[in-house]
Amino acid sequence: RSPELLFYVDTTEQLFGQCVLLSESKTDGSFLIHHFLSFFLKAQCKVCFLGLVQSFSHYSTVAREKGQLVFFEGLRNSLDMLLPESDASDAEPQPLSFLRWPSTDLRNLFDFVNSSLSQSENDMSRWASPVLLIDDLSVLLSLGVNPTAVLDFIHYCRMAVCSKQQGNMVTLVHNEDDLGDEDCDLVLHALTHQSSLILQVHGLNTGYCRDVHGQIQLRWKDKFQLKRDHTHVFQYKVHDKGVSFFAPGTSSAVL
Amino acid sequence: MAIPVQSMTGISNARLNVEMNTTSFQKKSRSKLLSIPGTRPSFQNGQLLVSTGTTSLDYVIGGGLAVGTLLLIEEDVFDSYSHMLLKYFLAEGIVCSHSFLIASAGEHPDDILQGLPAPVLDDVPKDEIGKINQRRENDVSEESQDSMKIAWRYQNQPKVQTVLAASSRFGHYYDASKQMSAETFESAEYYPFYLPAEVHLKYSVSSNIHIGYIKLLRFIQGVIHKEGFDRACPQSKTRNILRIGIHSLGSVLWGDDICCKDDPLYAYSLTKFLYGLRGLLRTSLSVCMVTVPSHLIQNKAIMGRVTNLCDTVIGIKSFNGSEKDANDLYKDYHGLVCVKKIPYLNSLICELPDTRDLAFKLKRKQFTIERLHLPPDLSDTVSRLNKQDLAESSKLLRMGCGAAATGKKHLDF
Repeated sequence: RSPELLFYVDTTEQLFGQCVLLSESKTDGSFLIHHFLSFFLKAQCKVCFLGLVQSFSHYSTVAREKGQLVFFEGLRNSLDMLLPESDASDAEPQPLSFLRWPSTDLRNLFDFVNSSLSQSENDMSRWASPVLLIDDLSVLLSLGVNPTAVLDFIHYCRMAVCSKQQGNMVTLVHNEDDLGDEDCDLVLHALTHQSSLILQVHGLNTGYCRDVHGQIQLRWKDKFQLKRDHTHVFQYKVHDKGVSFFAPGTSSAVL
Repeated sequence: MAIPVQSMTGISNARLNVEMNTTSFQKKSRSKLLSIPGTRPSFQNGQLLVSTGTTSLDYVIGGGLAVGTLLLIEEDVFDSYSHMLLKYFLAEGIVCSHSFLIASAGEHPDDILQGLPAPVLDDVPKDEIGKINQRRENDVSEESQDSMKIAWRYQNQPKVQTVLAASSRFGHYYDASKQMSAETFESAEYYPFYLPAEVHLKYSVSSNIHIGYIKLLRFIQGVIHKEGFDRACPQSKTRNILRIGIHSLGSVLWGDDICCKDDPLYAYSLTKFLYGLRGLLRTSLSVCMVTVPSHLIQNKAIMGRVTNLCDTVIGIKSFNGSEKDANDLYKDYHGLVCVKKIPYLNSLICELPDTRDLAFKLKRKQFTIERLHLPPDLSDTVSRLNKQDLAESSKLLRMGCGAAATGKKHLDF
């Protein structure tokens, strides 16, 4: 019987004020983003989603209630910054202002996140804890942001979302190990230290395979270091309507 | 399968589902099909696809190139075959009467236009009915031309397509030895961008991205907005696709220095440009093919970031000039094709090919991409030493492709 990913991740008591890291290498881990998005929306949480790499229609959601999902479409907003219409700076600070003025940090982006997730009184009664979802953090590094600025941004978000409001944060980082991208390695290592749940998605070491799309490693870190971390390793195959997980070597193509 | 069409950012597919128990699939029955000549919907995720001009490349990337996405071709060393692919892409645009934009810093776009291959005008490609044709010719020579005994299904097909109307067929064949006649592309909507000829910008831009890329991005944005590809004013024109072909992006001719330095000054220019381009593509009815001389880029991390920002990435490695040229095993082929990335659009899965060991050969009328099949070594000099040498050389040649095994162990468990 194939173990279910949900069993290890989805107990809502455990996901409370946690920082989750998704790291993908040599494969595509977007099925995890889809999973967490629909999971948190179903759990009636208010979600702020920074979708920096895909357009909104890519993430088909189950959100039907107004105001539950705040989606920031990075691609659309970037053009105003890359190709400004006039020389004058805008009156209102833009979230992606670092594209236009490279020396600034990600302060405006953080302000956007903070304002969308700070809950008013009637918000508190409607939604459960807030959630910040980021897809994908390594794009910020590709756009020339300093890795220190990225780590500062994550730190501020963590304080605002996880500590103050007991919400959760899920971040996706894409890193190819053998390319020597030092900035990305730095960010990934720092986040690995800070996160309590780490899901690493890897392409198979032996190359590409049609039946086994990759390997996923789940790591639950114990906050107080009382016992050892729980680690689980599965291989997976992505289907039309879901993902199936199985112990390494037990793919249906092999058995 | 009904194809729902709402926005141009992508065809939202209600089939996506992560929970394993229930499905949120809703078949949308009363929806309008986007019918633009030269496109067809994907069977897998409902995206609108266009042909890249090379039918075997279409097959390798999952049926075709989705509208709104970016295809990156990593050039081969002499830029011979990647240039060919770009020309096929543009020629396909002319044949399907799409609008197209050529951007180049080295060769003038008009010269590229003159050098496009001529389409093969027969309605049915010769490969498919080769034998039937021969039999048909033998029979028909005595009888009248009107009745066909064996290939009777083809009776009503026109023998030769004389008028090149907007072809509704998906994917065509091109004759590499003939050039496209001037009257074929006279009526095409064509937007050239030649970097050395561009005027200065009106105001300065301080976003630390190279000026050549800014000009190109602004030009593309202008064309998309002016000609209505972004659906800003829906009543203006009938819908059409804009094909954008950019030659040798990132090379020194564009002013970028990622191809000459390990620690370039403009390290993020190309990635910022690609991000802006991706934004433009996602919000308009356009499709883009870019060739990049990746073998010249010193810093591998930059190429990794570039790959991450493109939707589909194909690497071409030709055997020209390498010592493998003389190798008997590869004599049938002109080079290797490596599929580095295929997009996941509006769906959890993507169309994955059976294998990633592909090789190509360029014949006069066809650019074929086939599974790399090495025949058994039956020569007289076969020996263990020989085999090891071949294995090493094949591994080295594929090293650049990156899909090969990276780990030392040969088992995953």
